[in-house]
Amino acid sequence: MKVLLGIGGSDDSLRALERTVDRAVAADDDLVVAVLENPDSDRTPEEVAEHVESVLADLEADIDVEVRLVEGDPGSRLIDIAESEGFDRIVLGGGQTSPMGKITLGSIAEFVLLNAKTTVTLVR
Amino acid sequence: MTPDRFPEEVADDYPEPPIAFTDREDREIEVRAYDGSERERDALAAMYEAFDSADRAQGIPPGHADEIRKWLSTILDADCYNVLAWHGDDVAGHATLVPAGDDADEYELAIFVLQKYQEAGIGTRLIEALLGYGQADGVEAVWLTVERWNHAAVSLYEKIGFETSDAESFEIGMSLRLNRPERTADADEADE
Repeated sequence: MKVLLGIGGSDDSLRALERTVDRAVAADDDLVVAVLENPDSDRTPEEVAEHVESVLADLEADIDVEVRLVEGDPGSRLIDIAESEGFDRIVLGGGQTSPMGKITLGSIAEFVLLNAKTTVTLVR
Repeated sequence: MTPDRFPEEVADDYPEPPIAFTDREDREIEVRAYDGSERERDALAAMYEAFDSADRAQGIPPGHADEIRKWLSTILDADCYNVLAWHGDDVAGHATLVPAGDDADEYELAIFVLQKYQEAGIGTRLIEALLGYGQADGVEAVWLTVERWNHAAVSLYEKIGFETSDAESFEIGMSLRLNRPERTADADEADE
């Protein structure tokens, strides 16, 4: 499957990275990691990209993953890439939890869920 | 997640627990602060084990006994405020204030009423007692998120005095000020 993972550096997106890479190894997915500009994230896109590279470098399996820095509005750019390049699935972090434990979706996930024509997976 | 701004105006005084009343189904209900005991914790866990998952809000309460215990251990912590609505030895409802972190002045609020006790006026008393409890202890501000379609909850919060602070996401953010912000030493000096 051709999978597009969007991550902006929030904790839930980094969890999604680990799980999506594991799945890509197990299922032989064709994975592209899009590093997005998430205004709600404390990490810069460059820091996130470095983190992605280090996760990939630690892998024992040999898979080919493309990492891209995506500038501009994160939600709409992700959808554009998914549609124009024929991805089967968009994967995103499944939301942060409040002090109480309530799940709160990020603004990128909300936009993508409502607008994407591509199937979307939220990683919990 | 915590709103950037809270209402400037301080809300009215809320009644402090314990509060006893007869609900609209003629049941004797008493709202009391959680006393920290195992017995009360077990009774609360039993309420959540009986809870209908259709009334789950943004993932809480969790669905399984061990997950419920884990969740309760974080929100029944000493730095949180918890009030329980009792019907005899059974817990009918629970409301809680959880701080956003260490030394936080703002607390996140949640309330759950067991299905067979809903629509009997218990929720209003429960939330008022929780706010009275926190207010008397100096809690400055309270916030919550609520799913957009949950009109019953939104109108309850509005009736209590909450204002909408964020209407741009899937969940509506609401907030309320219980006490004036604590004045810093600098501000006091500037006044003199």
